[in-house]
Amino acid sequence: MKYMLLLRHEPTAGPAEGTPEFDAEMTSWGEVMGELGRSGSMIAAHGLDTEATATTVRIRNGESLVSDGPFAETKEAFFSYIIIDVADLDAALGWARKMPNVTYGSVEVRPLSSHEQNG
Amino acid sequence: MTEAVEPAEAIERAYREEWTPLLATLAGQLGGDVGLAEDAAAEAFAAAVAEWPGRGVPSRPGAWLTTVARRRAIDRLRREATRSAALDRLETLMRDDDTTDHEPPDRSGVADDRLRLMFTCCHPALALEARVALTLRTLGGLEVAAVARAFLTTETTMYQRLVRAKRKIKAAGIPYRVPDADELPERVHGILHVIHLVYTEGHVASTGDDLMRVDLCQEAIRLGRLVVELLPTDTEALGLLAFLLLTDARRSTRTDGRGMPVALEDQDRGHWDRSLIAEGTAILNRALGLGAPGPFQVQAAIAALHAEAPHWDATDWPQIAALYGELSVMAPSPVVTINRAAALAMADGPHVGLALLAGIDLDDRLDRYQPWHATRAELLARAGDAEGAESAYRRAVELTPSAAEREALEARRRRILGS
Repeated sequence: MKYMLLLRHEPTAGPAEGTPEFDAEMTSWGEVMGELGRSGSMIAAHGLDTEATATTVRIRNGESLVSDGPFAETKEAFFSYIIIDVADLDAALGWARKMPNVTYGSVEVRPLSSHEQNG
Repeated sequence: MTEAVEPAEAIERAYREEWTPLLATLAGQLGGDVGLAEDAAAEAFAAAVAEWPGRGVPSRPGAWLTTVARRRAIDRLRREATRSAALDRLETLMRDDDTTDHEPPDRSGVADDRLRLMFTCCHPALALEARVALTLRTLGGLEVAAVARAFLTTETTMYQRLVRAKRKIKAAGIPYRVPDADELPERVHGILHVIHLVYTEGHVASTGDDLMRVDLCQEAIRLGRLVVELLPTDTEALGLLAFLLLTDARRSTRTDGRGMPVALEDQDRGHWDRSLIAEGTAILNRALGLGAPGPFQVQAAIAALHAEAPHWDATDWPQIAALYGELSVMAPSPVVTINRAAALAMADGPHVGLALLAGIDLDDRLDRYQPWHATRAELLARAGDAEGAESAYRRAVELTPSAAEREALEARRRRILGS
């Protein structure tokens, strides 16, 4: 089954750039993404630029509304997604647990919809 | 109309004996689609209710039910067959299908299927309440209406809740399998927690005027036995079963003739169920012998000490207080601290207990916490502080949801404070 892992954390959470902790986390990311790639379960993964660069579009009553910022103001910002293809939810949760941000942010696991599963 | 009675008895018996094996077998054959399995099993029983009185009870009810349930599942899959996922399953089923009766649910593999069913229904990706409801429905075979009653909600609401949970099992890909060894301890713990909740719900109905719901207590014990049968060396599974049996041994004495609760202190120990106590104690000893202590084993040990005491004053309070001390390290909670305070008060005097109660850190929630007030009232009364006890009793009564327990608390207040 295909799942999207939605990775979030608060902008100020996690190690700051330039610290040894930050370097260690980068190493961890490299390891887990490498492991995921070698497992053959990886479909896609992309990091996103910060929420400050986000723009949201809505159309209400025929009028297009473009606004600065993400769709909803939350403490945890959505910063990356990974799409994987694994046997079941337990396997997907297993990968989610390995994401370095899981210790200070969160990873939401969502199956792709049934139309996407075979696509 | 003896002929009409026999089918009814046969259906009831088949429901009792075949529901869970049938469901587990079907779920296995349907690739873990618990929702479809349950619907098909329910339809098979509905068909039995409709057909057996007229046509007579089939010679092998289990086989008859399996055949009908499989055909109903095939019908349903056929209707959904535009969805490609359903097609695969349909093909598999139709390939296996033939015109002869199927064997009754396969009892050799059924333990494994039941275990898988249990792990699916108790998956942590489901809300805790959904896990309890699903477990009661699929493993306990409780009707949706009965599950709804246990949760004090309407049948429609419970039906929708169960549908949502089953949809998540299917759509999110919650696996129909026993977890790998590295995940197992955590997942078994989740199952034991669900069973414990079922028992607790039955033991002290959380709201309403009924003090106990015997059916839920019995169901929890049945599920506890099932887990032990499936995982015979899991010490906490043994600990939970021992705890439930030792607690249940006192059930008939927990209420008086009018259904009012009777405190442990006042219970007629001559009416405690000695065979349950013996069984619970033996299971506890088996667990302790395996050398992996845990919270359920400690709770069972406490229950065993109560069961052994010939009367209230002869209870081994220092030992019980020490066990609550251990429990407060393994599984700290305000309830544990409060029970420990009560035991310490019995062992070393009310002031020792009161000091521990004063130290509980629950901030402003403490004022809304019934057991804290109730225990405090008791200890204050014993320490001679009638005024403090009076106001603590008043607050405890306000916070008690069950009418029967409220009345018992009032009676206790009158007896101890004499007013």
